[in-house]
Amino acid sequence: MEKKKMEVAPMPRKKGLAVYFKRDWQLYVLLIFPIACVILFNYMAYPGLRMAFMDYKPAKGYSGSEWVGFETFQKIFRDKDFLRALKNSLIFNFLDLLVGFPMPILLALLLNELRYPKFKKLTQTILYLPHFLSWVIIGSVALYLFKPSTGLVNIWLMNMGVIKEGIPFLSEKWHWAVTYLLIYVWQTMGWGTIIYLAAITGINGELYEAADIDGANRWQKIWSITLPSIKGTIVTLLIMNLGRVMGSNFERLDSFDNVQVRDFQYQLAIYIYDKGLSGGNYSRATAVGLFQSLTGLILVLATDKFAKMLGEDGLI
Amino acid sequence: MAKKNISEEDSRFEGIHGVHKIKIGDILIMAVLVLLCLTCVMPFVHLLAKSLSSNTAVLSKSVYFWPKGFNISAYRSLFLDGQMTHAMIYSVELTIIFTVLGMIVCTCAAYPLSKKRLKGRGVISILLMLTMYFSAGLIPSYLLMKQLNLLNTMWVLILPLIFSPYNMLIMKSFFQSSIPDSLEESAFLDGATNFKILFRIVLPLSKPIIATLSLFYAVGRWNSYADAKYYITRKALQPIQYLLSNMVKSAADSATSLSEAAQVTSTPEVYQAAAVMFATIPIMCIYPFLQKYFVKGVMVGAVKG
Repeated sequence: MEKKKMEVAPMPRKKGLAVYFKRDWQLYVLLIFPIACVILFNYMAYPGLRMAFMDYKPAKGYSGSEWVGFETFQKIFRDKDFLRALKNSLIFNFLDLLVGFPMPILLALLLNELRYPKFKKLTQTILYLPHFLSWVIIGSVALYLFKPSTGLVNIWLMNMGVIKEGIPFLSEKWHWAVTYLLIYVWQTMGWGTIIYLAAITGINGELYEAADIDGANRWQKIWSITLPSIKGTIVTLLIMNLGRVMGSNFERLDSFDNVQVRDFQYQLAIYIYDKGLSGGNYSRATAVGLFQSLTGLILVLATDKFAKMLGEDGLI
Repeated sequence: MAKKNISEEDSRFEGIHGVHKIKIGDILIMAVLVLLCLTCVMPFVHLLAKSLSSNTAVLSKSVYFWPKGFNISAYRSLFLDGQMTHAMIYSVELTIIFTVLGMIVCTCAAYPLSKKRLKGRGVISILLMLTMYFSAGLIPSYLLMKQLNLLNTMWVLILPLIFSPYNMLIMKSFFQSSIPDSLEESAFLDGATNFKILFRIVLPLSKPIIATLSLFYAVGRWNSYADAKYYITRKALQPIQYLLSNMVKSAADSATSLSEAAQVTSTPEVYQAAAVMFATIPIMCIYPFLQKYFVKGVMVGAVKG
């Protein structure tokens, strides 16, 4: 047996299937665990999607509930709540992208200009931190900073005499929208730099040396060397993010929830939770979930194709 | 591009810029970055100060970044509040079990799939990755958990999430890019089995990625509470983030009702601040130690496999 194995390794292609399995059956044994996990906890949930085409009654189960075809979908597209949730999701995801996407690039360029490795490292460590905090913690910290009467920022502004009454950063919908978006920018900006810094590391140092000899200043070097060199990364990430405009993060929305801002805070994840788990309208929530998953999948596939068309790395 | 690490990057910049003098531009850049860092640190300093202050000082709005009327009674009552300490211990247990199982399942998937010779690799990859792009959604998952009798158990917070396609991709790319094939070939020649190679050669060489992904798993579990909100109604099984979310919610509603009276009767701010710090501190403790690994880990993952 030992002898056989020694023969196998150097020229595996010439050997038959039996020998291949004799050496690599262990790899398949390992794969049993993850495959079992996804089948049990992901694939087994897919049959539940048929609820979207039924008038599902929890008490009656699948067999007792009636099939209604696309009726639920027709209903949700006449449902004002759903249309509001969809509109809010799309608008806020788009705004996230608009204000959140450029920030890591700017920050990476700034970090790249730092000359002291220790200072740079410390800065990076601190800026990555928000990425590791939960939305609950971020939401409650925001509350401490932005409450109208007792929030730190409002107290400051009042003490300095800039304002007379506290600004309702979190309790008036337009203020809330700005605060909500800026906190997202704050949370994602540091972590987002990693990939750009990696791309910048890959730039040929001779380019900068040549530019130095030509007397190029900092901005000229950023503009004509750094940015063009990381253009590919920027385009890939932008496209990947475009694929996610249908997404909706329940914890983020839930952590910034209060009665006054429901007009804007009511987005798809909240709708599904409200109508489904809280409201017991399983069919409707499932239909919305299916709509979200399918459009999300289509967007990802489309943006991937688009990225590859532009000659960038896709994500699939 | 991703194989280079940060220290190489640093030394290169010394090489480029080291000879120049400090200019106004440098100072400006440093000032901006320091300011951004302060936005990441100061809110927590403020919270810490509040959590260590007296109730009256906080109500008189005079606490900024240094405690006034220093006392630790908020933390003491936090420890005496059985529910909070229980939730804390429970969350730590949950996170540890989740991380260990997650790393095992992740390795089980990533190692075989990193082998190009594996027959059926494409099909298995699709099978495992599809869940990342298409999810069944909340209600079907909820009913599945109900069917599996997992509702209101600790396992509902562990099992559905231990396989993470994203983490698996990172690990697979690491195996492919950082472990030379020749090592494995020679081990095969010596008669080693796949298991032996994995445990004796591959895993000992993969410490950075193991540290990175453990951090991702642990932080992911520690931070989320949505699944607890969906699947768990028993108080004893609710992780700390969920308790915190409930507390913050009631505080937010009382804050936006704009009546000062409501705020006095709700959970005292000092206590809340202490609770938030309590849930943040574990992350702040492990973060600096794992930090040196994860940048490299993430960059390896950036080159998708």
